[in-house]
Amino acid sequence: MDGLQLTLNRDMTTMQAHHHAIKAEARDLSFYYNGGHMALKNITLPVYDKRITALIGPSGCGKSTFLRCFNRMHDLYPGNRYEGRIVMHPDNTNILEPTVDPIEVRMRISMVFQKPNPFPKSIYENVAYGLRVRGERNKRTIDNKVEEALRDAAIWDEVKDRLNEVAFNLSGGQQQRLCIARALATDPEIMLFDEPTSALDPIATASIEELMSELKEKVTILIVTHNMQQAARISDFTAYMYLGELIEFDDTDTMFTKPSRKETEDYITGKFG
Amino acid sequence: MNAPKATVLDNLDEVRSMIRRHRLNDYIFSIIGLLCMMIGVLTLLFLFVNLVIDGYPRFTSEFFTSFPSRRAEEAGILSAWVGTMLVMLVTVVTAVPLGVSAGIYLEEYAPKNWLSNMIEVNVTNLAGVPSIVYGLLALGLFVYMLDFGQSILSAGLTLALLILPVVIVATREAIRSIPVSIREAAYAVGATKWQVVSDHILRYSFGGILTGVIIGMARAIGETAPVITIGALTFIAFLPPTPLQEAPPYFNFDWLFSSFTVLPIQMFNWLSRPNPDFHANAAAAGVVIIVATLLMNGLAIWLRYRIRRHIQW
Repeated sequence: MDGLQLTLNRDMTTMQAHHHAIKAEARDLSFYYNGGHMALKNITLPVYDKRITALIGPSGCGKSTFLRCFNRMHDLYPGNRYEGRIVMHPDNTNILEPTVDPIEVRMRISMVFQKPNPFPKSIYENVAYGLRVRGERNKRTIDNKVEEALRDAAIWDEVKDRLNEVAFNLSGGQQQRLCIARALATDPEIMLFDEPTSALDPIATASIEELMSELKEKVTILIVTHNMQQAARISDFTAYMYLGELIEFDDTDTMFTKPSRKETEDYITGKFG
Repeated sequence: MNAPKATVLDNLDEVRSMIRRHRLNDYIFSIIGLLCMMIGVLTLLFLFVNLVIDGYPRFTSEFFTSFPSRRAEEAGILSAWVGTMLVMLVTVVTAVPLGVSAGIYLEEYAPKNWLSNMIEVNVTNLAGVPSIVYGLLALGLFVYMLDFGQSILSAGLTLALLILPVVIVATREAIRSIPVSIREAAYAVGATKWQVVSDHILRYSFGGILTGVIIGMARAIGETAPVITIGALTFIAFLPPTPLQEAPPYFNFDWLFSSFTVLPIQMFNWLSRPNPDFHANAAAAGVVIIVATLLMNGLAIWLRYRIRRHIQW
């Protein structure tokens, strides 16, 4: 525990030195699944603005559980319980507060899932859905937003002539970029990616990775990945989790070259995991 | 499995004869299964063919456009099929919104606890309650307590109660077949529960719900017992008042309170007559009911195929 504290403190100073603004931070976050299983234990972690933060760790370490706290996805299932806070900046809203509506949280923080999950609707409607949910009715506004999101998701050229086709006709990689466009169209402050390339082939994976590197100009990204090379390639910061605990958090270069904790090193060098 | 020396190659003949024995079992069961299936299908087919042959002399257009009569050759099913249609209309208009809403509530909104479990078990059990019990309930509730009389309205509501469990179960199953990932995708963009239900759940489960409704109706169209209980008449030589009229407001609901008959009751009435000429009428009416049921089931299968073709998970 002392080691963890030290690591975090050192990082806070690094952060100040680099003048990275914090977009959100988890403070003493614990999470209990229905039935009382404690899946996250006192996690404190900063998420830097317009940077990519990667969460790595072996299966079952709680990285997806942690990610899903950020858009209150756990609220969809009864009996789940959060303890601690996730504070958004600059407004200092604790998004885990029961008085904060999860809908409000999801309007600020969007998500891309593990398996591409477009709606069985047209390509256009998939991207427009977030805007419609927000009550946008102006056709011109929606048209523009849809085009912008599809361009940002690097899929516009492939779909611009068939916006009214059903999204299922796209390839897996295209579907995932469509899902990214859907998550982008509503101008989120943070985007959550839950192993976004695990169902994709290497070429589609490369294009999604490239896309994420471009997106961080616009939006803060938090990504869960089981692929350490992916974390090393695209992220600015990396957090290593094990059994529901945050073992180490640092900038990605330091993490992968000279991690300060033995467990991190063991995982990164492939001794287990 | 005891020692590595016993490979297939070493006792090839033995292995082959064993496989032959096992193959024989395969063959024997496929014959037994085929016979069992044939007993069911052929019996039904025989009954149907029998009905068609018996009823053949009555398959004329007059049969569909004539009221019942004392002379078998002149008797038709006009009032019966119109009655059936109107009763079914009331049934659908009542059972679909009630059943679909209840199904959505149970699946999407209801908290999962012992109470909702109890309700779930009971809804499933309701589907097995004998239809005459529904008839008795309806006689007390609709005919006397609510004073709807022995009318189309009472009959439609009774049959609606009867198929309600079917509609609820079909709705829930259709909703459950929508993957969690689609639901989460909708919530993740900030949709409320109702937005998820109306924009996604209802649309994607439409095919399944429709199938359930049609299958429920196919059951209701042949129901006799509950309709007799609430007092459908067996000899109706008039049509209910027409729902449309020339003067404003151009439609009326008088037909709801009209007395009526339906196809299975007309059939029952003809069957119970001593004069064998009427039995041909009964057979012809039976064919009409069976064909209507088959058409509805066929429609359900076709619609399910059409709608699901565009949705793949």
